[in-house]
Amino acid sequence: MIPEIGQFSLILALMLAIAQGVLPLLGAHRDDATMMVAGRSAAMGQFLFVAVSFACLTWAFLNSDFSVLYVANHSQLSLPTMYKVSAVWGAHEGSLLMWILLLSAWTVAVAKFSKGLPQAFSSRVIGVLGLLSVGFLLFALLTSNPFDRLVPPPADGGDLNPLLQDPGLAIHPPLLYIGYVGFSVAFAFAIAAMISGDLDQRWAKWTRPWTTVAWMFLTLGIAIGSWWAYYELGWGGWWFWDPVENASFMPWLIGTALIHSLAVTERRGLFKSWTLLLAITAFSLSLLGTFLVRSGIIVSVHAFATDPTRGFFILSFLAVVVIGALILYAWRAPSLDSDAGFSLLSRETFLLLNNVLLVVAAALVLIGTLSPLVIELLNGGKISIGPPWFNIAFIVPMLPLIVLLGLGMHTMWRVQAKETWFNPLKIPALIAVVLGIVVPWIFYGRITVLLAAGCIAGFWIIGSSLVLPIRSLLREKGAAGITRSALGMSIAHLGMGLFVIGVTIVSAFNHESDQALRQGGTVEVAGYEFELRELRDVQGPNYSAIEGLVEIRKDGDYVGTLRPQKRQYLVQKNWMTEAGIHVDWNKDLFVALGDQIGEGAWSVRIQYKPMIRFIWFGALIMALGGLIAVTDKRYRSKEPVAPKKSKGKGGRKRKVAAEGAQ
Amino acid sequence: MNRYLWPLVAVIALIVFLVIGLTRGDPRALPSPFIGKPAPQFVLPTLEDPSVTVGSEQLSGQYSLVNVWATWCGGCRTEHPFLMDLSRSGAIPIYGINWRDNAPEAKRWLQQLGDPYVASGFDEDGRVGIDWGVYGAPETFLVDPQGIVVYKHLGPLDRTAWERDFVPLISGGGK
Repeated sequence: MIPEIGQFSLILALMLAIAQGVLPLLGAHRDDATMMVAGRSAAMGQFLFVAVSFACLTWAFLNSDFSVLYVANHSQLSLPTMYKVSAVWGAHEGSLLMWILLLSAWTVAVAKFSKGLPQAFSSRVIGVLGLLSVGFLLFALLTSNPFDRLVPPPADGGDLNPLLQDPGLAIHPPLLYIGYVGFSVAFAFAIAAMISGDLDQRWAKWTRPWTTVAWMFLTLGIAIGSWWAYYELGWGGWWFWDPVENASFMPWLIGTALIHSLAVTERRGLFKSWTLLLAITAFSLSLLGTFLVRSGIIVSVHAFATDPTRGFFILSFLAVVVIGALILYAWRAPSLDSDAGFSLLSRETFLLLNNVLLVVAAALVLIGTLSPLVIELLNGGKISIGPPWFNIAFIVPMLPLIVLLGLGMHTMWRVQAKETWFNPLKIPALIAVVLGIVVPWIFYGRITVLLAAGCIAGFWIIGSSLVLPIRSLLREKGAAGITRSALGMSIAHLGMGLFVIGVTIVSAFNHESDQALRQGGTVEVAGYEFELRELRDVQGPNYSAIEGLVEIRKDGDYVGTLRPQKRQYLVQKNWMTEAGIHVDWNKDLFVALGDQIGEGAWSVRIQYKPMIRFIWFGALIMALGGLIAVTDKRYRSKEPVAPKKSKGKGGRKRKVAAEGAQ
Repeated sequence: MNRYLWPLVAVIALIVFLVIGLTRGDPRALPSPFIGKPAPQFVLPTLEDPSVTVGSEQLSGQYSLVNVWATWCGGCRTEHPFLMDLSRSGAIPIYGINWRDNAPEAKRWLQQLGDPYVASGFDEDGRVGIDWGVYGAPETFLVDPQGIVVYKHLGPLDRTAWERDFVPLISGGGK
């Protein structure tokens, strides 16, 4: 009965989504306030019914209702409760339902926080979001119904893929989807502005916080996904250039470009048509990612079950949405070009270069992701070109981006005087060069050109990001020194610097070693001794495992004990490696059990990963920067930004300088 | 043409391409320029023991398969069980070229999933892959007793492809 309620709610949600997609757009066109208000109510109702539907599916999982096909395939009686909940979004149908839930939640948030916007504009935004909901609801109901029944129900379910039975994976998809779906808001703002043809700087101001929030969640989602792959896949890598990873990374790159381009549009009224195009592209790539992952068109280690009808549906939807948006764009964009100029040495130039490089990076990732398909169409086999290509291709646009990033932060809008330009950056540049060479050389004992370039780049970003906060701290106490936007930007860039350092050091100085170990045996890797003290059998709720007790010592001193496991899950019978990881701020020691090789001996993979934490920590700091930037007070005011009141000449000057950094 | 139309053109091209990708049947492999030519020369250290080498000389005297694989390649994981079956049946010796990979990971892969290869050469920088005209992994070459490449299969090898494309060449070539 409950699953039927879920199914029925989903159908009602579709009806309301249609109303939400049609009424406000029509109302805005005819200037009919009643219809526009009705759109908001429909959005609330849609959210309510989708939430009921989601709750019903969760109920079916919690009660192990195996008469529901999706539950029977992805759950099992002895599955821990936490994973019964996360199994709701553990596969295609449920994750699609979660996508819809998040989309309607974003819509409600837009409806609630957009009261300060002109009614016609916010109504169009809600209408566009409603049309997107219609597409996804149809997708769910027609091809991917999570409530399909299975008669007769089996006694027990097929279990959730053991790879997904992990806390990291429980929160990774929701965060990622909040980010993906969040770009639909930027998309809807762009469409609404193009429909009305009224695209001024206020539009950019309204769009910015939404985009930043979406970007922030996407950053977190990708970082947690990478962290999960690191410890759960048991290989010790943190990025595999897998099509599914690329599917989330391309919107991130374009979203990052969009954030920067929006800054130019808001402050200077420039790049309008370009910003629109990025807003459309960011969301289109989210859709493309969905298509690639769910259609089975590309081989991936974690692609969803493949079904050509789903592929066709999502591709048609993508075609309608993107082609529609781009026709609108081709019609409206030509009238948006601004004649405001900027000199060659200005912040505008740097942000333009930032955009070009990020778009190039995204294009390279797209080419790499689609290339197996091109080859397949030419030759008829599913093959992949793999990480070696990506690693090289990706560095090419990234290194110049990093150098320019540090410079751009300290360049004025419109025109920057050459004489004073580099002054504040001399010290950070010097520190970066010295540290970038000394740190790898002294601490890790080796230096190469690429290694020095990576470290200098990382320290350069960190140093140049700290200039603004430090200056405002030294010269003036209190809030006027640096705006939240400027502070958020500095912090996000700081996170980027930490990330670059982490990637560089771990790629260069990572040690790994496969060893055969007997009970009581000891091996040394990267100066650490690893002793396999004991092997024992342990029993989990739905798996049995062999656990090794590995003691780590350095120069005879105790460092820690690890408990790597080799688990066999009882239902699906597959073996999973649970790595034991000793975490420190500047290194990970990673031990994974391989296979038994002969009596009492095991193959053990031991890895030393210096600075790997900086990769995820850096991403976390980037997201924190986004959060701080969103809290800037000018996003809360309902009126257009009023001219700032001057507090004496000196105060104003500093403030302008700090704001220049946004 | 209006420059604002270019994104639209690009997207339509991409969508057409994806539609073709989705509707493709099972197009047969195009002939490789290497087919009918002697197998490119190579000598590679084996994964198991870098002091031992495997090379093109071992390929003559009987039909053999040369399989290009890597741990980062999804299709390789797909075809691996079939390679194991084929190896167990003793139908044909399989030589591996572990292409642009990481040696510890590759060894681990063979330990965990089983090793269907007589030997796997470790082609770390992909040079041998270039000589063999490898686009990506997995690819499988059939080499005849005279050391001539007679067939190339792109993508995961399975029983259907094996019986349809390889078996006739092997049994037909023996007369």
